[in-house]
Amino acid sequence: MQRKKECVAMLLAGGQGSRLYALTNNIAKPAVAFGAKYRIIDFPLSNCINSGIDTVGVLTQYEPLELNEYIGNGQPWDLDRSFGGVHILSPYQAKKKSSWYEGTANAIYQNMGFMKKYNPDYVLILSGDHIYKMNYAKMLSAHIATGADCTIAAIEVPFEEASRFGILNVNNDGSIYQFEEKPKVPKSNLASMGIYIFTAEKLYKYLEQDEQDAASSKDFGKDVLPAMLNAGEKMFSYRFAGYWKDVGTISALWESNMDLLGSEPAFDVSDPTWKIHSRNPLAPPEYISETGRVDNSMIALGCEIYGTVQNSILSSNVIVEDGAKVVDSVIMSGTVIKRGAQVYYSVIDENVTIESNATVGESKETAKGITVLGRNLTVSPDAKVESGKIIDKDYKGD
Amino acid sequence: MARSAVGVIFTNIQDKNIPELSSHRTLASIPFAGRYRLIDFALSNLVNSGITTVGIVTKNNYQSLIDHIGSGKEWDLARKDGGIILLPPYSNETDAPYKNRLEALKGITGFLRHRKEDYVVLYDGDGVSRIDIADVVRFHEESHADITMVYHETDSVESHYYITLDTDSFGRVNGLKINPRVNNGEKINLYINVMVVQREYLMDIIQNAVQSGYSSFGREILSKNVNTMRIFGYKFNGYYAGITSLSRYFKYSMQMLDKNVRDELFGARDIYTKVRDSAPSKYIEGAVVKNSLVSDGCLIEGTVENSILFRGVKVGKGSIVRNSVLMQETMIGSAAQLDCVITDKNVVIRDRRRLAGCEELPYYVSKGKML
Repeated sequence: MQRKKECVAMLLAGGQGSRLYALTNNIAKPAVAFGAKYRIIDFPLSNCINSGIDTVGVLTQYEPLELNEYIGNGQPWDLDRSFGGVHILSPYQAKKKSSWYEGTANAIYQNMGFMKKYNPDYVLILSGDHIYKMNYAKMLSAHIATGADCTIAAIEVPFEEASRFGILNVNNDGSIYQFEEKPKVPKSNLASMGIYIFTAEKLYKYLEQDEQDAASSKDFGKDVLPAMLNAGEKMFSYRFAGYWKDVGTISALWESNMDLLGSEPAFDVSDPTWKIHSRNPLAPPEYISETGRVDNSMIALGCEIYGTVQNSILSSNVIVEDGAKVVDSVIMSGTVIKRGAQVYYSVIDENVTIESNATVGESKETAKGITVLGRNLTVSPDAKVESGKIIDKDYKGD
Repeated sequence: MARSAVGVIFTNIQDKNIPELSSHRTLASIPFAGRYRLIDFALSNLVNSGITTVGIVTKNNYQSLIDHIGSGKEWDLARKDGGIILLPPYSNETDAPYKNRLEALKGITGFLRHRKEDYVVLYDGDGVSRIDIADVVRFHEESHADITMVYHETDSVESHYYITLDTDSFGRVNGLKINPRVNNGEKINLYINVMVVQREYLMDIIQNAVQSGYSSFGREILSKNVNTMRIFGYKFNGYYAGITSLSRYFKYSMQMLDKNVRDELFGARDIYTKVRDSAPSKYIEGAVVKNSLVSDGCLIEGTVENSILFRGVKVGKGSIVRNSVLMQETMIGSAAQLDCVITDKNVVIRDRRRLAGCEELPYYVSKGKML
């Protein structure tokens, strides 16, 4: 008997995430740090393993170096398997031609060989830009129960935001009768989460078909799903009601980080029944000094706090020196905030040095926007970075 | 790189120094410094010196040790050749598990015989330090020693069994005493239970000892032959914490709050440990934390001062924790007060309880207890 997997997951992680500006200058969006110790991709990967899906293809294209290194052999997610496990799927040179991934559908099409190797009954398509906890096994059960050819996870969004999403118009039984990509006047507020389960044979068929269509933009939302619906295939929605956030913008990334704070957070990463796995930093416990003050914050291992930290998220090995102040901010690993420096309402990438008495951003109430500092840069002593600025090189002041 | 050495860690041999913490675990698996076990320091020192094969000698209560070690991958010791090799006691109906170090060594002669490395590093997992083992092996080779014993200079000792060394100007040991009286303030060279010896030489020693019916490695082999064997002392000048009693455990735990000590132990080279994927720690509005080490997965709503919090500790509203060591998953309710307390794993302290010990005699709450 041929060995097989019931369900194989394909994770689209090739996006540039250009609306994250300086944070994705050198790394792919799914590799962006989140929640003091995680990266965005930890969420779909952890969801996979927690849902019993142990075969995941990760499709990378844009700046894949750091993402590839982070995923490694998949061991942190228990995805180092002799049959299955996690695999990085980069664009490759084939005998007849070689090409970059041209769209989400084309990316999956180019990796048909990978999927077929596992002879799956179902294929789960995921994207690497959302923060959420979801049991895909339940969605798969629903897909099997309805006998659908394609099931699309969907969540209710506020009507005023609905035109930013792919909107599903559904019948009472959840079956989809219309699919509208970013409609100006949405008929419903049921948004596609970009999570699809296909019956494998149908997926192969429509990917082949889409590939032949010269007019197609090779995109699931714009091309493949409408084509299936037009052909009368059975398509169902699967309603999801939990926390789900697209962290594709600076403000969404900031907000989603803040959603972790408090004793009853909007989004809980400490649920022992649904652990979020990640590559762990090698660092001793964080140290809060005699002068340190930490209020309503999340702090990762290896941090040293001598100053004040309020309403903030600090990744591993961040140092906040004596007299320095960090408020309403997300600070990624290895960043040092020196004596007397102040950081307000900012997102600061890895290994940034903010020299003494410099000021970054201003208080949330008066700021023009979130201030963003890209990785590895230095803000000179006494320099002032205005609120809402996005900086990606050393900053000496105006 | 000590490429040609194999490590052997004795996990139980010093158990009776701290019966409180080793009643349900090996001494080497005692939790330390918020997220480590004592054995992590031994293993990391060996691995950081290029050693890729480590035998772990166990005797009893080694469930938590095995859980901690797993395949050895956290230390890069999940290997096809070598890696972590667990050496549980060998016994049959007539032989009880080993009673002393010689019998323990006899039990691992099979392991030693099949290795190819030139040297063996014998390491008791009872000390916290960052020793460059490769440098000890280099010293051993350059001294043409049969045995090299690592020592540090101290003026106090508190242990059931200890060895002091006298050395000449070349480092050769010319006097070796077991459990000598130590006068107040007297400087001694205390052997810190790390030893390098040629593998084949060690096997000869063991064989001779068995034939002669010896039972004490210290008295009948080292002490007796100090003038005929080339025993050398390697002086270790760095930070060393010998975990030899509950009060010392407490004292050295508190020393981890000193930045200089932490920088020496954790700064230059990594100390590896098992990871559990806990979420980062959360400090709730109103929490006050001062001069403390906090590991991941903690939830702090109260006040914590001069303390070490291990993974997953919860400190409720209005509670005050001072000068304490709270091991994994300790739950402190609200408005409780703790001073100089060590709680073992999974201890629950209910609302409004007050517990206090003193520095010399910390109040110890055993594993899983609810107060």
